[in-house]
Formats: sequence, structure tokens, C-alpha cells
Amino acid sequence: MAKIDETDKKIINRIQTFFPIDPRPYAVIAEELGLTEDEVIQRVQNLKRDGIIRRIGGNFGPYKLGFFSTLCAAHVPEDKVSKFTDVVNGYPGVTHNYMRNHKYNIWFTFIAESMSIIEQNLAEISERTGVTDILNLPATDLFKISANFKVK
Amino acid sequence: MLTELEKKVVASLQGNIPVTQRPFLELAESIGISEDKYLMIVEELNESGIIRRFGATLKHQKSGFKANAMVAWKVEEDRVQEVGRIMASFQEVTHCYRRNPAPTWPYNVYTMVHAGDKATCRAIAATIAQRVAVDDYTLLFSEKELKKTSMKYFT
Repeated sequence: MAKIDETDKKIINRIQTFFPIDPRPYAVIAEELGLTEDEVIQRVQNLKRDGIIRRIGGNFGPYKLGFFSTLCAAHVPEDKVSKFTDVVNGYPGVTHNYMRNHKYNIWFTFIAESMSIIEQNLAEISERTGVTDILNLPATDLFKISANFKVK
Repeated sequence: MLTELEKKVVASLQGNIPVTQRPFLELAESIGISEDKYLMIVEELNESGIIRRFGATLKHQKSGFKANAMVAWKVEEDRVQEVGRIMASFQEVTHCYRRNPAPTWPYNVYTMVHAGDKATCRAIAATIAQRVAVDDYTLLFSEKELKKTSMKYFT
């Protein structure tokens, strides 16, 4: 891990949410933290270069944009995992995919403009891979979603 | 529904904001509108909650959270609202949802737990279990990241 100091941590904790919507956003952050705009820009560039910050941008919930999202779990025999992963990851609507320690070993999220498109795609995936045990688990209630991590 | 212009702004915000003095000026120019107009639309998208979160996304592995567990819980339906809210109040829980169970999968509430290692994830789950008095749950650790991207809307 690249070295980050206390000032980097302050910047990271400041910009994970409520990035300033202002013509000079880095100047706003600089003023809050008692730094110069140039210093903030330089440090953020370094944090991105070192891979500590993956990206800075807007994060959108599918529902408010008129899209649908679901979590899928598939029971994939070991010898089919590689092929199954290639097929599933080929869909742009599959944004996250993890191998997990369970009979249902492949877990992926699927976003599309309607649930019926998702269902059609899952049927197509089954057809293309021979994997038929795929659970479609859309969320019915959302209690929390946050991707903020306080860096200590 | 979003206007065509709003869709363009959404599309422009889902990549990387330039790390320069006037990042929004660059983005505005890329879709052919003024910086003022661009900022106004971003402000509206933000206030209406269409932008869920605006800011930096960290690479978790590099910021000290090495383990993540998806904990799937079997919660009595009439307790789901109460239990979901309590689970969501834990700082280590980043996501908490109710999902319909399936015949081969009885769990109906899901929490994502992030911690430094697997043992800590297990300990956090045990603490939550005790607090909400739910003992039927399973931890699914991610053994391999197979894909992780952001959805690209309106492109």
C-alpha cells in the first residue's frame, strides 16, 4: 500500500460524499481543510495514481433512472466456472460478480431497463452454459446502502 | 423521466471527474453546454436523489478492508422491518436489503459486512445476530472478484 499521511486521509474522508458542486470544487475542499487548491489537486492526483481512489464521480441508483436491478446466485459446477464467468461477465448489465464459498458459488448483480429483460438474459445464460440453478433475488426493501469508509 | 440533456449529464458524471481546477467546465464543454447550466443540472440531480452519492470511490483492498462477507439471514417476515433497521445501524454494515427467499434458498435479509479479516467479519455477524435475536444465518465470503464495474447508463 502506498504511503498516505494524515492530510491524505482528511481529503479522502472529505470527498467520498458531497463532492462540492462548485466551479472550483478542489478550492472549496482546500478552504475547508486549510490547504491550498494546488495541494489538494496534487494529492488527489497522487491518490488516484496510486490506486487508493478508484474513481471520482456520480453514483446512480438504477431505480431513479428507470432501471431495475437484482442479485443472482448460481450453482455452477467447478468445471464450468470459467466458461460461466465469461458468459455472465459479457453482459454490460452485470456490474459485480464474486465467487463465494457456498453451493451457490457465483453471485452477480444484474441491471437492465426492465425485469423481463433480466429474466430473458438469465434464461439465455442458462441456455448458453447449461447452468440452470440460478436464483433471481430482487430487493424488495432497502434498509441501507453506503459505500463510505472512514479511513483511520 | 429525465430529459435528454439530463441523461447527457448523467452519462458524463459516471466516468471520472477531471482532477483539475475547473472539472465541471471540462465536462460541460464535452456535452456542449455552459458550466453554469451544467452545475445547475448537477445540483438538481443531486437534490432529487437521482445522484445517490457524489464523490470518490476507494479501492477497498488498499484502504485496509481486506475481507467482505455477505451475510444472509432468515428473519421472520413480521420482524423484517425492525430487524433491517437495527442491522443497518451497524457501522460495519454497508448494505442491508430484504429480498424474496427461494425454495432452495430460505434467506430473506442480506447485509454486507466489511472488516480487516474474516474472523472479524464473523464476530460482527455474531454481534448482530445476538442484538436482533436471529440465529439462522450464513456468511458468504468473497473468494474471488470476477467483475467489478459501474453501470454505464445512457451511453
